[in-house]
Amino acid sequence: MTAVTATTLLIRSRLRNVTDWDKVRLHVVTGKGGTGKTTVAASIALALASRGQHVLLCEVENRQGIAQLFDVPPLPYEERRIAQGPDNGGDVYALAIDAESAMLEYLALFYRLGGRAGKALDRFGVIDFATTIAPGLRDVILTGKVYEAVERNSRNKDARVYDAVVLDSPPTGRISQFLNVNGEFGELAKVGPVKGQADKVMQLMRSPRTAVHLVTVLEDMPVQETIDGITELSGAGLHVGSVIVNLVRPKTLDDTSRAQALKGKLPRDVVTAELTQAGINATDELVDGLLAEARDHAERRALEDEQRARIATLDNTVCELTRLSDGIDLGGLYELALDLRDQGF
Amino acid sequence: MKANPRVGPLASRPGEAPPHLDVNALLDDPGTQVIVCCGSGGVGKTTTSAALALHAAERGRKVVVLTIDPARRLAQSMGIEKLDNVPRPVPGVTSKSGSLDAMMLDMKRTFDEVVESQATPEKAAQILSNPFYVALSSSFAGTQEYMAMEKLGQLRNDARKTGRWDLIIVDTPPARSALDFLDAPERLSGFLDGRFIKLLLAPAKGPAKLMTAGFSAVTNTMAKVVGAQVLKDLQMFVAAFDTLFGGFRARAQQTFELLQTKETAFLVVAAPEPDALREAAYFVERLEAEKMPLAGLVVNRASRPGDGLTIEQAIVSAARLDEEGAKGPTADLLRLHADRLRLVSRESHLRQRFVAAHPHVPTVVVPALSTDVHDLDGLRAVGSLLTA
Repeated sequence: MTAVTATTLLIRSRLRNVTDWDKVRLHVVTGKGGTGKTTVAASIALALASRGQHVLLCEVENRQGIAQLFDVPPLPYEERRIAQGPDNGGDVYALAIDAESAMLEYLALFYRLGGRAGKALDRFGVIDFATTIAPGLRDVILTGKVYEAVERNSRNKDARVYDAVVLDSPPTGRISQFLNVNGEFGELAKVGPVKGQADKVMQLMRSPRTAVHLVTVLEDMPVQETIDGITELSGAGLHVGSVIVNLVRPKTLDDTSRAQALKGKLPRDVVTAELTQAGINATDELVDGLLAEARDHAERRALEDEQRARIATLDNTVCELTRLSDGIDLGGLYELALDLRDQGF
Repeated sequence: MKANPRVGPLASRPGEAPPHLDVNALLDDPGTQVIVCCGSGGVGKTTTSAALALHAAERGRKVVVLTIDPARRLAQSMGIEKLDNVPRPVPGVTSKSGSLDAMMLDMKRTFDEVVESQATPEKAAQILSNPFYVALSSSFAGTQEYMAMEKLGQLRNDARKTGRWDLIIVDTPPARSALDFLDAPERLSGFLDGRFIKLLLAPAKGPAKLMTAGFSAVTNTMAKVVGAQVLKDLQMFVAAFDTLFGGFRARAQQTFELLQTKETAFLVVAAPEPDALREAAYFVERLEAEKMPLAGLVVNRASRPGDGLTIEQAIVSAARLDEEGAKGPTADLLRLHADRLRLVSRESHLRQRFVAAHPHVPTVVVPALSTDVHDLDGLRAVGSLLTA
């Protein structure tokens, strides 16, 4: 991220003034598959923690994505500390929520159906049925656990309280359904405690304390899905936070060179001379290769600009994360987290 | 439902290149009648299936491609932006003897059609309006996969009967895990065979004494938690659906068996990313375990390998030009080159890891295009890269 872009982003977010980050307790991170949701969710958690917050990072798809990212053993159904800041006391806990454990916990908590009763339900296949098949119930249970973590308060002794919860959530195609914003579950269950629970969760999801962030890359389909997703989510009364543009190509060529490269008019003689100056044997093959690469890069950047322009028409704050050519390792994750923090998280 | 535990391969000799996947030979072999493109989300499955279909059609096959969720512009260019669940000829295909039809899967409609074809009109109406059915047919995780299989079975029967197609290419639903596609039928039968479902059916079918004391405790709890109405709806749904269960299971089983025959070829699609390649590895292992015919691995969106300079040379030279105040674009070009070489080296490292574990999987590496694919010419370009 260059200084210039960061400043532009800052001005843009001030102008739009949409999100009061300090009020947001629950960050829901969604996006099309393959755009790097888990990475971004983890970076957001780290960014918040690096400002001194106590953060819980949750995943709900039985994928152990967080464990892989942070290079720790598979996470159980238990909050585990996975990162701690050096000076200001922020930290990140992680929790892999699986529907079966969450349901058993829910039954134990609210119906005192712990131990044997829970096992009996399990034996009759109820837990399996409820969590894999009963439409919508699984999502209500998963979001119910997230709700519990957000609403937890210090009145309970030994309860760990978080300043923020970051949820690595299902992809854009399934997000409305997952958050039950269409009240699909309400259609099934019109009364009863689970319905009450679903309503409470929905209330939290619709409050300004929740922000749904959409991760995208600068390609046609993911951007389209983002735009559609925002319409759908806002239409359902959800608060859309940032659009986080991930895997942005590094801006290696300046605008002049880019324009020249697009037209195939980079000064070949200058390149040859400079390569020689640098002590490189400037064969035609090498120069051709470099010029072709430049053109390729410029073409992709032009495509990215098209998509960037579409995103700019949206009424949301936009953050950009540059693609790291070495891939995401733990170090890269921290780099992204700093990038995000500088952009307002 | 528990996922099948992973069973990894044994060690093999590292460093050997995998066999090359000859896509043309696969497409030209009249024995290849079904090609299933699998892979995790965001790796270009839909584009790959469409490109394969077009390429095969222009080589003389009579092809139908079943896509799940194509990009709008791609769908438009193939003439399938209207979602009507029926294969339509793709305009602009140039082939003497071949042809290309395409369709986009409408999951709910496919499900409805199955119900309508299996039940009496009154019963079908009863099922279609039940809230559980509505939710199950539109949102049950796995319905899309299951319906893709169902549609594949239908297309196959059609092809057999009418001779309209001799090659069916199937794109699979966007899932985090490629395995979802294979797990869906089992998940559905698991649901249908579940003990809980059987117990729910008991009161509707037989004398009340079948209700064991334990079970009534369970239903009481359920009623307490989700409300009695839900349980009643559910019981009605299960009872109405009961007669269809056998048919559903038989069809799913049939399609699953079709996938095990020699006329099917699985192509595992991946991008050179750790997640995508890991999913691809799981999938390859699973196909082997299920004795399903794996044709090979397609690695999409690969960076083009370059030659000439090393990463270090490029970086050092760029720094030197900066230091000496060179005004031209060369330093940037060198940095661009270094950046790409880093990507290439990372990708080839990732692929080598895959090859070390799965040395026998024929592979084709498709370089990334610098533009989006949204018309037939774009698909042709992908097709020729796939078969290069």
